[in-house]
Amino acid sequence: MGKLLLATLAVFLAPIVGGLIAGIDRKITARLQSRFGPPILQPFYDVFKLLGKAPMMMNPWQILTVWVYLLSSMLTVFLFFMGSDLLLIFFVMTIGAVFFVMGALSTQSPYAQVGAQRELITMLTYEPLIILVFVSIAMVTGSFKVSEVFAYGKPLLYQLPLMFIVLGYALTIKLRKSPFDISACHHAHQELVRGVLTEYSGPQLAIIEIAHWYDVVFILGLVGLFWATSAPGMIILLVVTYFAELVIDNVTARMTWKWMLQSVWCWGLALSVLNLLWLYAG
Amino acid sequence: MLKDWINKGRLKSPWVVHFDCGSCNGCDIEVLACLTPIYDVERFGILNIGDPKHADVLLVTGTVNHRNKHVLKNIYDQMPEPKAVIAMGACGLTGGVFREAYNVVGGVDKVLPVDVYVRGCPPKPEAIIDGVVLALEKVKAKLEAAG
Ligand code: SF4
Repeated sequence: MGKLLLATLAVFLAPIVGGLIAGIDRKITARLQSRFGPPILQPFYDVFKLLGKAPMMMNPWQILTVWVYLLSSMLTVFLFFMGSDLLLIFFVMTIGAVFFVMGALSTQSPYAQVGAQRELITMLTYEPLIILVFVSIAMVTGSFKVSEVFAYGKPLLYQLPLMFIVLGYALTIKLRKSPFDISACHHAHQELVRGVLTEYSGPQLAIIEIAHWYDVVFILGLVGLFWATSAPGMIILLVVTYFAELVIDNVTARMTWKWMLQSVWCWGLALSVLNLLWLYAG
Repeated sequence: MLKDWINKGRLKSPWVVHFDCGSCNGCDIEVLACLTPIYDVERFGILNIGDPKHADVLLVTGTVNHRNKHVLKNIYDQMPEPKAVIAMGACGLTGGVFREAYNVVGGVDKVLPVDVYVRGCPPKPEAIIDGVVLALEKVKAKLEAAG
């Protein structure tokens, strides 16, 4: 019963936390570029404004796809805080991502099409890595269940330091931070016009933004798993990881999808294999 | 309550799509100067966005001619309501030094309903920011009129 309450609470609080994180993200990014930056609440202003805009759809598919995306993101957060199975959570997350791409593919805009193809490639890049992270977690704790991971006595980071880096790669891709922001870059005006997001507008765009906040909360939850034993340790880990993401975002330029696929798979797989070998040997 | 928040958002996050109707590039450089750390328009939630479908404000520089007026109209039509138009520079206002050329239609207001005019050749970044703020005041007045 307590779990159910926690999970419901998490589903309600996640967009608020996610929005605040997005606001702090923009503020810190601005400070790193020696600008003053928007107010912390700016993402909320943006989303509320978008909700109030006149709807403008290409086809009814887009409405369905954004709602499925939002629901699946909510469900991932819910399942995560229920302490559910990591693999189940992974499948639910993937469904959302696939629907999001389908919405972009259902329009005829070349920008959306290119963005959708690139989004598919990014999914192809991060999903095997996330699966490997889950498998290694299961190897250490003996179960895929989040609740078991929390019950495990030691921080996972001690045994899976390299897997943590691998998760960092996946995090960068999922957060659409450079050098991996190839599908929906904020700044590629001339080239992509926001890629997958090109044909979504108004309320649909707002829903996507909210779903993205859920995703951020879920992924930070995954990061938190690596230091599940103590709350201060978990918070420090989250803050350090997110700040590292921001710095990477600001010091790197966007790369091509081929580079992404090659480097992320090479490094991700190499680090995973090393870490798994070490687990076996140890 | 939700409506209040939406109205607040409308005033706090104007996303600008910048369309160059064949300007000499002077105005456009000033627009981009607004994004630099000195002026940093993101402080006010202003983003320079590439996609008319996400934008709230259409910022037009340069003279409108018979060829690009269709493009301009098309971009305007792709923006969801509520939206505002800002015409910039002597060229955007009247056609500027090019107004007598055979291919020139004239100012932006020959094609679109313009809300705010920003004068200058080119206007200073401060004037552009003022223009966006003025456009927001007009939006606010409209919202209050609508209740
Ligand atoms: S107003 Fe002046 S600076 Fe602006 S486009 Fe015209 S000629 Fe160039």
